[in-house]
Amino acid sequence: MHFGPHLLLAALEGLVTSAVLALTALGLSLVFGVMRVVNVAHGEFFMLGAVLAWAVSTAISGHPAVGFVAALVIAPLLVGLVALVAERLVLRRLNYNPEGTIVATIGMLYIIQQLALTFYGPEARPVEPPFSYRILLPWFGYSGYKLSVVAASAILLVITWLVLTRTRIGLIMRATQYDRETAQAFGIPVERVYAGVFAVGAMLAAIAAVLIVPISQAHYLMGQDPLLLSFIVVIIGGLGSLRGTVVAAILIGLSDGIISMFFSPTLAKIIATLVVAMVLVFRPQGLFGTTPR
Amino acid sequence: MADKNGFFDLSKMTLSRRTALKGMAAGAGLALAPGFVRYSQAQSSAPIRIGFQSHRTGIGAAYGRWYEKTSAAAVKAINDAGGIGGRKVELVIEDDGTDPARGAEVVNKFAKQHKTDIVFGTLFSHVVIGSAPAAGENKIPYFVVSEGHHVASTKLNRYVFQPGITDVKSQIQSMAPWIAANAGKKVTQIFPDFAFGYDHRDYLPPALKAQGADVIAQIAIPPTESSFTKYFPQIPAETEVIYHVMVGPAVLTFVKELGEFYGSQRPQLFGFIDSLEAVDINSPGLEFLDGSHFWEGSPRYAQPDDSAAQKAYRAAVGIDDNGAAVGDPKDVSTAAHMFGCWETLYVVKKAMEDAGYKGPEDRAKLVEATEALKEFAEGPEHPQGPKTFNGKIHQCFGIQNISKVEGGKLKVVHKTKLEDGLYEPEGDYTTQAL
Repeated sequence: MHFGPHLLLAALEGLVTSAVLALTALGLSLVFGVMRVVNVAHGEFFMLGAVLAWAVSTAISGHPAVGFVAALVIAPLLVGLVALVAERLVLRRLNYNPEGTIVATIGMLYIIQQLALTFYGPEARPVEPPFSYRILLPWFGYSGYKLSVVAASAILLVITWLVLTRTRIGLIMRATQYDRETAQAFGIPVERVYAGVFAVGAMLAAIAAVLIVPISQAHYLMGQDPLLLSFIVVIIGGLGSLRGTVVAAILIGLSDGIISMFFSPTLAKIIATLVVAMVLVFRPQGLFGTTPR
Repeated sequence: MADKNGFFDLSKMTLSRRTALKGMAAGAGLALAPGFVRYSQAQSSAPIRIGFQSHRTGIGAAYGRWYEKTSAAAVKAINDAGGIGGRKVELVIEDDGTDPARGAEVVNKFAKQHKTDIVFGTLFSHVVIGSAPAAGENKIPYFVVSEGHHVASTKLNRYVFQPGITDVKSQIQSMAPWIAANAGKKVTQIFPDFAFGYDHRDYLPPALKAQGADVIAQIAIPPTESSFTKYFPQIPAETEVIYHVMVGPAVLTFVKELGEFYGSQRPQLFGFIDSLEAVDINSPGLEFLDGSHFWEGSPRYAQPDDSAAQKAYRAAVGIDDNGAAVGDPKDVSTAAHMFGCWETLYVVKKAMEDAGYKGPEDRAKLVEATEALKEFAEGPEHPQGPKTFNGKIHQCFGIQNISKVEGGKLKVVHKTKLEDGLYEPEGDYTTQAL
């Protein structure tokens, strides 16, 4: 294959990775930004979204698009509910203590993973895409569904941005992020904001998973890679910065796609990790993060 | 760390009578757990205990589940017919997480804690290679059902056997003539980037060369990879045949993305069914596979010329004519490999009876008795077909099936001959000390 089409394919693959990564990492970033909680179980919410998408879409017969749309609505809601329960039962009781919540979310990671293994099983199961259109380019074919994932993710990111900057809820969230105690003094129910943010963070991961599951199947171990990549993205972009998260996701996704196609996937991971190390050394707050006061 | 709630404050803990009782109960429970059990009666009446190193979790989990089903069915059949030397057989199962380090721990646990008679059942080659030294150190016979060439290469040790499934080198050698004659002469290989894949990488080029065909590109993919399109541009345009063998949970994605990439303008495809084991061949997105060919150890779909033994075996394991679990058509089996568990357990039975095996003190005798075996006739104990066994390299040889995807089923179009897969031994385990 010539250089041009090769690069195009690499860029397309990279964009799909970026799109899913941006949504997943945004959830992680939001939870850290507002709650100062490092959610190690974030990847498992991603996995849970995919597994539930499989359950919903197989329960509903008829055109695959019906099952998929139902999964896109129901799976994130269920995952949000699980996150809400986890927040109530675990994180709140630890008073959102930064170290304590890390240990607790590691525990949640294993509990969710093993429950999925017990009730869903070790197989990788497919979810049918809502439509299967193959875009025929002169050099190669490409899945139309994959491009629609990029579009869907972009729309969701814009919606999240609008909610955060243009609505009352967004204002309350930003106020809580800026200064928890002052926000509380102004009558903001901080604990309810925390619960909501934790649920929304998990739901973003679940939505990303539902979008990706027709491409790669639902499997109980699928949460590990997204977790690692999300951390990389969030560290590079700056914890709690929406803009940083999106920019870093596109950077990591595209470089992963291009480097792994022209060189090797291992090299792509090495470079991503190296970038994280460099960012931590020279700009610990991330590219777009602000220094904590 | 701020310990506001006093979780870690030991001074707050007082030992009540109830806690003490609970602790004692837990201790008693532990003492009754496996490994602490001691048989007081004579060994002749105690069951023969086979340690089953199973891939219950990790990338091999789909195989592990079906290996367990098949082994349970074989053990039931053996016990119903009177067991081994009149003693019942019992499987002791431990999960190795499809991980080499865990694998070695599991072998140690079988040898030291469970004190099983043998260890059995491993599929993934990196786990076999990781576990083999532990089997050698503990001097416990280790019967694997792995397909890799590592046992036959004589690079492992005298306690490792593979008597129930053929190895990759033999499979490739016997199928290369068919590939060169029917699929094409310019072959691109796609294989997993670990031991099992390296067998394919190393043995296919010379086998094809001998038939006047060439491997023009080799693409290694990490077994945990979840997205594959990025590898496909490495496939040269002049490729006539793509030879694919993939493993792990993402195999369906691999085949689907291959279909999206090529559409109907694809080169010929020759794959090891490993690329689709435990996956429904009629899954959406796999239509382009129609007309392509696969290697199968034992056919997934019932064939018109199936022997009575093959039919009985399928019924005992509980798979229907489509190779899925009876009663659940979506639960597709790993039929091409799992027959090896059934056949291996019958080899163990034969060898133990030949050796007059009484207990772990006779393990060396069991090794020698296994090495003395020469051939296994086709029949209820060996439903996949006749096999010969080379005691010097601890490896069996048998026939291979090449199946074509036709109307949503796999139809066997070519069966190799047993002689096609024979090669010169690369060493001799019997010269090693026991």
